[in-house]
Amino acid sequence: MLSKKQKDLIAEIWEGLISVADDIGADALLSVSCVPRSVRRMFASYPGTKTYFSHLDISHRSAHLLSHGKKIVLAIAEGAKDISQLTVTLAPLQTLHAYQLRIDPTNFKLFSHCMLVSLACHMGEDFTPEAHAAMDKYLSAFAAVLAEKYR
Amino acid sequence: MVAWTEFERATIQDIFSKIDYDVVGPAALSRCLVVYPWTQRYFGNFGNLYNAAAIMGNPLVAKHGTTILNGLERAVKDMDNIKTTYAELSVLHSEKLHVDPDNFKLLSDCLTIVVAAQFGKAFTAEVQAAFQKFLAVVVSSLGRQYH
Repeated sequence: MLSKKQKDLIAEIWEGLISVADDIGADALLSVSCVPRSVRRMFASYPGTKTYFSHLDISHRSAHLLSHGKKIVLAIAEGAKDISQLTVTLAPLQTLHAYQLRIDPTNFKLFSHCMLVSLACHMGEDFTPEAHAAMDKYLSAFAAVLAEKYR
Repeated sequence: MVAWTEFERATIQDIFSKIDYDVVGPAALSRCLVVYPWTQRYFGNFGNLYNAAAIMGNPLVAKHGTTILNGLERAVKDMDNIKTTYAELSVLHSEKLHVDPDNFKLLSDCLTIVVAAQFGKAFTAEVQAAFQKFLAVVVSSLGRQYH
């Protein structure tokens, strides 16, 4: 599905993001960048997505929001390390989403879009069309694998 | 009738006052053709779209990108009548160009990303929501005359 070039591009982007974490501390990364912001973006643009979080405090910079965002980014980054093994890597998350969370898969697309927007804000010009295409393709594959056990 | 808050109106005017149509238009359209290659089906007579570099450097793509942004400006200047503004263009895209309206959303997502890349941190969640609401109204108006 993804070409070698695309896989390399994706791995490079995620490595770059995680390596910033090493400099300024993992928590700092996750509070200054990508995923908690993506989740916030998603809640702002697509209010329906908030319905899945009625049991949590998802106000700006809440602990729940940050920890949730962290879980998601770590899973996406982990998957990026070896995309050919996505089904294996995501097996436990597949079960969780299918039988417990049961999030409508349309929402995965909405979140992916917000991740791309966050990446664009963060990387500016470096978020080239090729990088965008590769990342969009990866996030689509990730979402598809995540929803595999739904039915 | 769409209800716009003061924040949304101000945000849209602000964004469009700060983007260069000759840069953002071509960037958005060429990005769309790269990220969603099936959209190239509508540009058969645009010449070389063989790879990303060819698309990004294609003068017909660039020109059309600018045309699109100028078209968007019509909605920016009259945010309370977007449906009417695009009635004719909607007919054109349906009857003459036969464009699947789903493509409008793809282009608008690419435009959002190009604008996000330019504005960086200033493209906050709230700014994004306002911008996407505006584009959603445009997209809906463009699809309205299809039957």
